[in-house]
Amino acid sequence: MSLLLDGVDVRYGDVAAVSGVDLTVADGEVVALLGPSGCGKSTMLRAVAGLERPSAGSVRWDDEDLAGVPVHRRGFGLVFQDGQLFPHRDVAGNVAFGMRMHGVEAEARHKRVAELLELVGLGGYQKRKVTELSGGEQQRVALARALAPRPRLLLLDEPLSALDRALREQLAVDLARLLREAGATALVVTHDHDEAFTLADRVAVMRAGRIRQVGPPTDVWRSPVDVDTAKFLGCNRILPADAALDLLGVTVPGRVGLRSTALRVDAAGPLEGVVLERVHRRDHVRLLVAVRDEELEAVAPIAEPPALGDRVRLSVDPDGLAVLPG
Amino acid sequence: MPLAFLGVFFAWPVLAIVRLGVRDGGVGGVLAAAGTWELVGFTLGQAAASTVLALLAGLPVAFLLARCEVVGTGFVRAAVMVPFVLPTVVVGLAFRALWPDGGVLPIVLANAFFNVAVVARTVGGLWAHTDRRAEDAARALGASRPRAFRSVVLPALLPAIGSAASVVFLFCATSFGVVLVLGGARYRTLETEIYLRTVELFDLSGAAALSLLQFAAVLAVLLLGGLARRRRETALSLRGNAEVVRRPTGGEWGVVGVAFAVVLTLLVPVVGLLVRSLSTVDGWSLAGYRALAGTGERGTLAVSGVDAALNSVRAATDATLLALSIGVFSAVVLVGLRRGRTPRGVGEVLDTALMLPLGVSAVTVGFGYLVTMDALPGDLRTSPALVPLAQALVVTPLVVRIVLPVLRAVDERLRQAAATLGASPWRVWREVDLPLAGRSLLAAAGFGYVVALGEFGATSFLARPDSPTLPIVIARLMSRPGQLNSQMAYAACALLMVATVAAVLLIERLRVPSGGEF
Repeated sequence: MSLLLDGVDVRYGDVAAVSGVDLTVADGEVVALLGPSGCGKSTMLRAVAGLERPSAGSVRWDDEDLAGVPVHRRGFGLVFQDGQLFPHRDVAGNVAFGMRMHGVEAEARHKRVAELLELVGLGGYQKRKVTELSGGEQQRVALARALAPRPRLLLLDEPLSALDRALREQLAVDLARLLREAGATALVVTHDHDEAFTLADRVAVMRAGRIRQVGPPTDVWRSPVDVDTAKFLGCNRILPADAALDLLGVTVPGRVGLRSTALRVDAAGPLEGVVLERVHRRDHVRLLVAVRDEELEAVAPIAEPPALGDRVRLSVDPDGLAVLPG
Repeated sequence: MPLAFLGVFFAWPVLAIVRLGVRDGGVGGVLAAAGTWELVGFTLGQAAASTVLALLAGLPVAFLLARCEVVGTGFVRAAVMVPFVLPTVVVGLAFRALWPDGGVLPIVLANAFFNVAVVARTVGGLWAHTDRRAEDAARALGASRPRAFRSVVLPALLPAIGSAASVVFLFCATSFGVVLVLGGARYRTLETEIYLRTVELFDLSGAAALSLLQFAAVLAVLLLGGLARRRRETALSLRGNAEVVRRPTGGEWGVVGVAFAVVLTLLVPVVGLLVRSLSTVDGWSLAGYRALAGTGERGTLAVSGVDAALNSVRAATDATLLALSIGVFSAVVLVGLRRGRTPRGVGEVLDTALMLPLGVSAVTVGFGYLVTMDALPGDLRTSPALVPLAQALVVTPLVVRIVLPVLRAVDERLRQAAATLGASPWRVWREVDLPLAGRSLLAAAGFGYVVALGEFGATSFLARPDSPTLPIVIARLMSRPGQLNSQMAYAACALLMVATVAAVLLIERLRVPSGGEF
């Protein structure tokens, strides 16, 4: 009961969208394909669904090569970024669609529709028109629709990207719970690392059509495999080992990546600098501080933030650091 | 399947005409004759004049329909469509009721009258999907209203204007009923000349040569139109969802006024016709309508007016069903070609091939049938099935043009979602495409029905004397003397018109907001 990608290439004419991708998704596992837009992750997902044909390599399910299996026989559910609900059917009609295609009895369909709508928090919505639902509700219906025929594998293409931020964070938590409860095997495509880390057991970082790093979220977050991956995961500054020791007093085996939260304003901190810039963010204040010859980012609490030109003391927060190979 | 149908019932007859022209050496002789080039000149000249006039009258109406929120747009939308679907003979008669002597002016006016709807629809369709904010941005950057129109709006509309102009030009250049009724023997186009040579002079090779000439011209215009259409479809995909309809301000009221004036002018011949059908030398009378039950003065007709109406209904029903199945199948194939891995060109060739019957004159098609259908089994040439077949050929391109844009507008991912849920390709079509295109299918059916009902050019060749359709009866009645005969013809026109208007209003109710091109 597992998906295996073996050296998959997808080409559009002369353009290689995906090159040599190897990846497995084990039974009950949620894997996130994480990468910037245009990195080939959605193409990869479409190749798994059978909507694109790989030009080389194979997509396998339990050792069965899926090359000759058309989309509708793969038994893989797919959720698009913007739902793509059938506008001419009501909520129940959308959720029941896959079961109708598989010849499920009407009574069993009604029962499962009710059950799934309950699961996604839309109990009693059966007769509602899908065009009257909010974006978040539409995504929940799309998820219920994909889960209804009990797919072997669930494919989610940027499932939350079309929603506004507050809703996105709420739904990401809901979705993570839903996937666990349903025991779903899933492949999620996203460009948002928060989303990937919330949902996934393992994360595969993709760039320029290739997978650069695969691992549990904390490993990827703490130890990005190269500079580009580190930058994509929020490290705005990369310091060599000696500079890290000299400036921050941290000892690491390789280079160190600094996120904006790596330095915090702390009266008892060992570092000292002058505030150059100040920007208010949602739950903190972000500063640019001159520490000796370097300009580094730091954060301060919202209450009584330092003014421009103030001298501040800083301490290092290990959670804001990432370690790169040297 | 659609290609096979096109092949047997379109390409073969047309090619037979071509062969006939070439074999008898008629082409050279006809091309050398000075009269031929006069004909060509008059055909193209009146078509060009009519096209310009239709554009001038159609653009304000397009603006009104696409951009203005004023009372009466619903009425305008329906009223502007009425002339387009009126049988050409009826339009010809309507103008003859106003200009009894015929002439060039009424020909040009009648052709333009007929085609204002094409311009208003095609250009208005694109205009309604053009983001108004580009214009607002130009105004904010300091452009005056006319300047913003010239430098932003007009370039965006050019593909649609070009596409509309080429379609209108084709319709006008191959217009048959109008020219026949209004031009008589004095003003002839290629189309009517082909008819006269075939029916009255039995000069088949001369007619074939002229058909060939016309076919070449039509093909050239279609290719130009195809280019314009391709640009238009890329433009359409750029459309924004911004609200584009608002109340007109300042000078825009002037344009709105012109648009309403155009629509009222369009209604004049229609009303004239109705009045004429009710008035006799002795005052108001329903004599013409009563006479429809009979066969006309001194037995002008082989059948009664009522029987002819029933013939019309039967033929149009068969033609519509046939055109609908072929047209929808073709549209599905075309949509599939675009999303598949087939090279782009294949779809475009098929697209243009399907448009050809719209441009090649119905007279050529009808004439081609006469020449070829002997060879088919079952004595098809004298069979009554020939009329619906020919009408279906005229209607199919319209069905394709109405259904295709709607099918293309269906988000591909909707089909993919259905496929991942376990729907086979055929099931996807039934569960997704069919319900979403449903209303446009009904609209295409109603529209095709009306066009088939009024089809004159091909039918006039093919209808047997003992089973004429209503437009044929009208033409026959008009060509014979007798007060009652013309009275009866006008009454039949009114009947046809009422049926048409009812159908158009029904279609308007069904029409999806961003329906087809017509």
